[in-house]
Amino acid sequence: MRVAVLQSPGSNCDQDAYHALRDHLGFDAEYVWHRETSLEGYEGVVIPGGFTYGDYLRGGAIAALSPVIEEVKRFAVEGRPVIGICNGFQILTEAEILPGALVRNAGRRFLCKDANIKAVNRTSPWTAKCDCILSIPIAHNEGRYIAEEETIERLEGEGRVAFVYCTPEGEVNPEAAPSGSSHNIAGILNERGNVLGMMPHPERAISKLLGGSDGRIILEQLATAKV
Amino acid sequence: MSRYRVLVTLKPALLDSAGRAVRDALHSMGFENVEDVRVGKLIEISMKDGNESQIEEMCKKLLANPVVENYHIEAAN
Repeated sequence: MRVAVLQSPGSNCDQDAYHALRDHLGFDAEYVWHRETSLEGYEGVVIPGGFTYGDYLRGGAIAALSPVIEEVKRFAVEGRPVIGICNGFQILTEAEILPGALVRNAGRRFLCKDANIKAVNRTSPWTAKCDCILSIPIAHNEGRYIAEEETIERLEGEGRVAFVYCTPEGEVNPEAAPSGSSHNIAGILNERGNVLGMMPHPERAISKLLGGSDGRIILEQLATAKV
Repeated sequence: MSRYRVLVTLKPALLDSAGRAVRDALHSMGFENVEDVRVGKLIEISMKDGNESQIEEMCKKLLANPVVENYHIEAAN
């Protein structure tokens, strides 16, 4: 399955994502430059993390205007799998493919550590196989998910909160949300359920040798998340 | 309560990489008549019995680096 790993100036998790997809999960991953205007021939898209355009204005604000994002919008509408990780999640919100925004961590510190997350609703293709608590690294300064209360109610009501931060035992409380996200949100889905945005980095949890392999269960769903 | 606004901008001779990136993004959106963009900082300060000379001192010592930045103080009451 051909998967596009998007690259913009300032992407820095593109090689990790490419390596995870190609060498560990067997996808036919290819880099795609942000100025490309067609994703013809690809069946899935990964928007990796980084600091595109130096986070000028806001994280993801300028990358959201890239020509290739028009194609990501088409993928979103057509029900093809798209995952935006960290800065990729910020790009998806700035491009209004996903609602809400990611703002400065509540504790005002850059966070780089393992976080525990769990799937809230397992009816989406991205979360269907996530039946346990996953330990996935986070590395962000602006990872606090916020949205208007009615938007969050809608996300929860429609089963579009993909992942929430939790304790190692699976309890969901504000202390378990490292960056202070509303309702502990770590990742959300679009209406159709084929687009996932999440702050934790599944591509960094791909083999036991590198500290954990819980990210595989998420990235593997690129093969199933066509809806 | 006195309120002040301080605008801090890079000196015109210096390359403003954020401004360039925003300018190029505006061009890509079709605003081709945009010639230049400079990105600065707006700092709002509320203080008890403050005066402009205090703000001036803050600017010189912390809010701006006079070597590379200009600052502009506005009373915002």
